[in-house]
Amino acid sequence: MDFGVLLDLYVSFLQVGLFSLGGGFAALPLIEEQIITNREWLTQTEFNDILAISQMTPGPIAINASVFVGTRMAGIPGSIVATLGCVTAPVSISLIMVKLYTKYKSLALMQGVLSCLRPAVVALISVAGLNIFMTAIWDIAPRNLQNLDTAAFVGLFLFVASFFILRKFKLNPVLVMLFAGVTGLVLYFALGIEIV
Amino acid sequence: MEKTIEQKDLKFYWTMFSAVFTVCLFTFGGGFVIVPLLKKKFAEGLGWFEDDEIMDLVAIAQSTPGPVAINCSTLIGYRLAGVKGAFITVFAAMLPPLIIITAISFAYEAFRDNTIVRIVLRAMQAGIAAVIADVAYGMGANVFKGKKILPIIIMFAAFVAAFFIGINVAFIIICCGLIGLFTTLYMQKKGGGA
Repeated sequence: MDFGVLLDLYVSFLQVGLFSLGGGFAALPLIEEQIITNREWLTQTEFNDILAISQMTPGPIAINASVFVGTRMAGIPGSIVATLGCVTAPVSISLIMVKLYTKYKSLALMQGVLSCLRPAVVALISVAGLNIFMTAIWDIAPRNLQNLDTAAFVGLFLFVASFFILRKFKLNPVLVMLFAGVTGLVLYFALGIEIV
Repeated sequence: MEKTIEQKDLKFYWTMFSAVFTVCLFTFGGGFVIVPLLKKKFAEGLGWFEDDEIMDLVAIAQSTPGPVAINCSTLIGYRLAGVKGAFITVFAAMLPPLIIITAISFAYEAFRDNTIVRIVLRAMQAGIAAVIADVAYGMGANVFKGKKILPIIIMFAAFVAAFFIGINVAFIIICCGLIGLFTTLYMQKKGGGA
């Protein structure tokens, strides 16, 4: 085992974890710089493939990139070391933050701050939901009413059906997501509706 | 949380581990997608957190560097069982991407171009959007029920800033925190002076 590569992986992804603030795509330029510009560990095409895969699989893009690059460079030990590098700083800083939160949570000043953070979080959740809704409707740009194909209507149908099931029957969200996925398969293979 | 303190046996740790693992296994699209799942699992399902505390933890997670899923897991694990709990939940959060991406990285072109995979993932997007819409609807209604003008303004302003202007979400969170800080200080000063 080449420990130099493992150390390199750890240090690079430590920086990715430390400097990716704002989550998701905000962290992309930084990940790109670390693994393409600085190290030439991946080509731009391979990096774009990671992006595509990250959209399709669960998990944060920074972690997905760590695992992918780690596996490429040094097999399974590499993927573990790169992932550990990526989480070291976030976990340490989060621990400090949560200790402060636990200690000062009941302070009036802290309550005032939190009372303004909660509605902001609601807004940001809505934005995330809206973005995913638009990906479900429009596979390709431009995202306008002229550009609606069969897949868009299937997406809209699945959205409305899932929303109805959630509100009416309070079903487990994971089951609702799986329901949407399976319905998609049925529509495609049993009814021949083109959704991809 | 207090309720569970006496019963921190292996079963408790296993429930905590498997709950975070499941949530992270279904956090497609990253970031805020985790919130509805956390809320359903930890607040409504297990009853370990109040809704408000989940929101607080999400705001902290978002304003701390690193992936939101990892930060949220750290915060939840710590609130439930201290530093040891945090290590368990972070491990649970790392496992799904570690397993899935390692497997995919050996044959990623085949995975990316597979029809069944593409259909399921495309169709699941609509389900995920519905899950988020459901939670956002409930939370938004609560903000209105509070009948205070400032939180309602903040909710709309943050939405416009993030969706239409595309301002970095960490920056939005920090600004809203500062607004809370200064309005509280102002009210305290006014209350003290009166």
